[in-house]
Amino acid sequence: MTGNEAIAQGALDAGCRFYAGYPITPQNELIGYMASHMTAYGGVFIQAESELSAINMVFGASSAGVRAMTSSSSPGISLKQEGISYIAGAELPAVIVNIMRGGPGLGNIWPAQSDYFQATRSGGHGDYHCLVLAPHSVQEAYDMVGRAFELADKYRMPAIILGDGMLGQMMEPLVVKSQIPNPKSQIKKPWALTGCKGRKPNIAKSFYMWEGELEKFNLGLQKKYKMIQAKEERFEGFMLSDAQIILVAYGSMARIAKGAIASLRKRGIKIGLIRPLTLWPFPKKIFQSISQGHKCRKILVIEMSYGQMIEDVQLSLGGKINVEFLGRSGGGVPTEEEIIKKVVSRKW
Amino acid sequence: MEKIFSHPKSLRDTPTHYCPGCGHGIAHRLICEVIDELGIRERVIGIAPVGCAVIAYDYWDFDCSEAAHGRALAVATAIKRVRPENIVFTYQGDGDLAAIGTNETIHAANRGESLTVIFINNAIYGMTGGQMAPTTLVGQKTVTTPVGRESKLHGYPLKISEMLALLEGVKYIERTSLNSPQEILKTKQAIRQAFENQVNNIGFSMVEILSPCPTYWGMSPKESMDWIKNVMSREFPLGRIK
Amino acid sequence: MPKIIINREKCKGCLLCIGFCPKGSIVQEKGFNKKGAKPVKFKEDSDCLGCMMCAIICPDSCIEVYK
Repeated sequence: MTGNEAIAQGALDAGCRFYAGYPITPQNELIGYMASHMTAYGGVFIQAESELSAINMVFGASSAGVRAMTSSSSPGISLKQEGISYIAGAELPAVIVNIMRGGPGLGNIWPAQSDYFQATRSGGHGDYHCLVLAPHSVQEAYDMVGRAFELADKYRMPAIILGDGMLGQMMEPLVVKSQIPNPKSQIKKPWALTGCKGRKPNIAKSFYMWEGELEKFNLGLQKKYKMIQAKEERFEGFMLSDAQIILVAYGSMARIAKGAIASLRKRGIKIGLIRPLTLWPFPKKIFQSISQGHKCRKILVIEMSYGQMIEDVQLSLGGKINVEFLGRSGGGVPTEEEIIKKVVSRKW
Repeated sequence: MEKIFSHPKSLRDTPTHYCPGCGHGIAHRLICEVIDELGIRERVIGIAPVGCAVIAYDYWDFDCSEAAHGRALAVATAIKRVRPENIVFTYQGDGDLAAIGTNETIHAANRGESLTVIFINNAIYGMTGGQMAPTTLVGQKTVTTPVGRESKLHGYPLKISEMLALLEGVKYIERTSLNSPQEILKTKQAIRQAFENQVNNIGFSMVEILSPCPTYWGMSPKESMDWIKNVMSREFPLGRIK
Repeated sequence: MPKIIINREKCKGCLLCIGFCPKGSIVQEKGFNKKGAKPVKFKEDSDCLGCMMCAIICPDSCIEVYK
C-alpha cells in the first residue's frame, strides 16, 4: 500500500480511535483510508471543516483519554500550529502527520523537506517541543506511527510524523503487526476528562495566570524535554564504520542517498550515511562521537530544502568538522546523479 | 426556618474575578443549578472559552477543558464523539462563538452534534478592554468603534442564533436574558431544556443569553440591566427561535 | 418572618439586589469589606417576603434566603 495508507493502518493498529482531518494533497489517501476503516475499529472519524478545527478536535479527543491523530501537508500544518501549541501546553498526547510539499504559500504538491524548522523548532508560539519521527519507507512509516503514539502517551506531548509527498504516494509491500495490542493495555490516563465520578474534577488547560505559575510549569516542561533528549534520540548508521565521507539525510532523501552510496561504493569511495530517525530529539551523540574520534572529515548534508537540518548537524559537531550542503526545494528533489557528482567533484 | 435558596453544590464557593454586576456570575450559577437538579455532575464535561470566563473551570466543580479562542465547539465535538455517555457543554462569548469561532460553530451545528451550547452575548469584548463584538449594536461606542458602530463600515449586529436556526442539525435555540429575576428564571428554564436535550439525545441545543457588561457599557449594574430590557432585547428579540 | 443572610466578604457592591428588592430590605453599608467594596446588608426590621429576587439576581452567590 502507499505510505499514506500505511500510516493510517499503523495508527489503527496502534490503538488510534479518533481521527480528524481535512483533505489536502498529497495526503488524501490517509484521510480516505481512515474514513473507510476507522468505524470498523470502533473509532471516530470526522472530516473537519478546516485544519484548525481538526487539530482542536484532536485536542478534545486526547483530553478525553483517547489516542487521537490528524494529518495534513505543509500549508495545513501551518494552520495547526496554534492547536499544537495548546496540545503541548496542556500536556496532551497527540500524533500529527505532515506529508510535506513544496512551499512557501500554496507552493505545489511535489515533495519537499522544508518544514524541518517548523517541526523541530516549535512551529507554534511558546517554548515547547514536539517529538519528530522521520520514516523513509512504507514499512517504517507504519512502524513509526505506533512508536509515536507510545512516546506521545508516555511523555504527554505531541508527536509529529514528518513524511513527504514521495513517501506518502509510493507503494511498497508492508508487514502489519500480527498481534494488535489491546487498547486497554495502553498507559493509564488518570488526568483524562471522563466525568468526575469517584474523584476530584480534572481540568485540561495551558493557562497559568498567577505570578510564577507559568514559569514553574515551563520549567517542568524543560525538564521533561531534557529527559527525552537523553533517552529517545535514534538514528540509522549505514556503512559508517570505514566511511571517509558521511552523508546525512532523512526520509525519502535518505533513500536516494543510499542509492548514491551504492554507486559510489562500487567506485571504491568509502562513503556512509547517518540517517536520523528522530529529528527531535536530534541524534547528537553520533555526531559528537564522529567529531571526536572517527576518521571521517567530510560530511555532506542533503535535504529537499535550502538548509534546515544542516544547522542541527553543525550544532552537534560543535564546529569541529566542515559540513557541506546539497539541497533543492520548491518541489525539486536532489537526484542520485547530483549527489554522486557533488561527492566526486573536488569542491569540498 | 427553612433555607429556601443557597448556591448550588457544583458551583465552587470561591469569590470570582468578574466585575460587579457582570452576568457571568449569574449564568455560571444557573448552569450549576441545572446540573445539580438533573443529577449529572459526574457526567458533565464543560469547555471554557477565551474571554472573561477563561477561568470558568475554577468556579465549576466538574471536569472541564480549555479551548483555543473560538475552537470550543471543535473540542466539544471530539469529546462527545469519543465519550457519548458524557454530557458535554460549551460556554462561549460573542467573540468566541460568533467571530473567530464562527466556522466551528456553524459546522458543529450543521453536523447536529449532540451538544449544549451556552452563548453569553454582551455585545462587547470584555476581557481585552471593550472592543466591538459581532453583536455590538449600531451606534454603540466601543474601543474599536469610538464614534459608534456604523453599519457601512462595520456591518450589522450578527444574529447568529437566527442563522443557526436554518440548519437542520439544530434542534433547539432560545434567546433569553438576565435583566431581571423573572428573565433569569426563564433563562434557567432554557438552560435546563438545552441540557435535558442532550440527556435525551435530541440534538444541537443552544441558549443565547443577553448579559450585562457594566464596565465596558459605561453604566451601573442596574442601568445595564435596564439597557438590556429597553434596548438590547429590541435588537435581539427574546424567545424560542427553534 | 423570612430573612436573608449576606456574605459581606464576597459582595462586590453591585447593588443589583437593592435594585430588585420589592421591600427595600437591603441597604448598602457605609464601610468597606476586605476587598475594598462597600457591601450590602439586610435590614433586620424589614418586611422581607422571602421572594428570593435578591438571591436570584446576585451575580456572586452571596445571598441565602430563609423562610
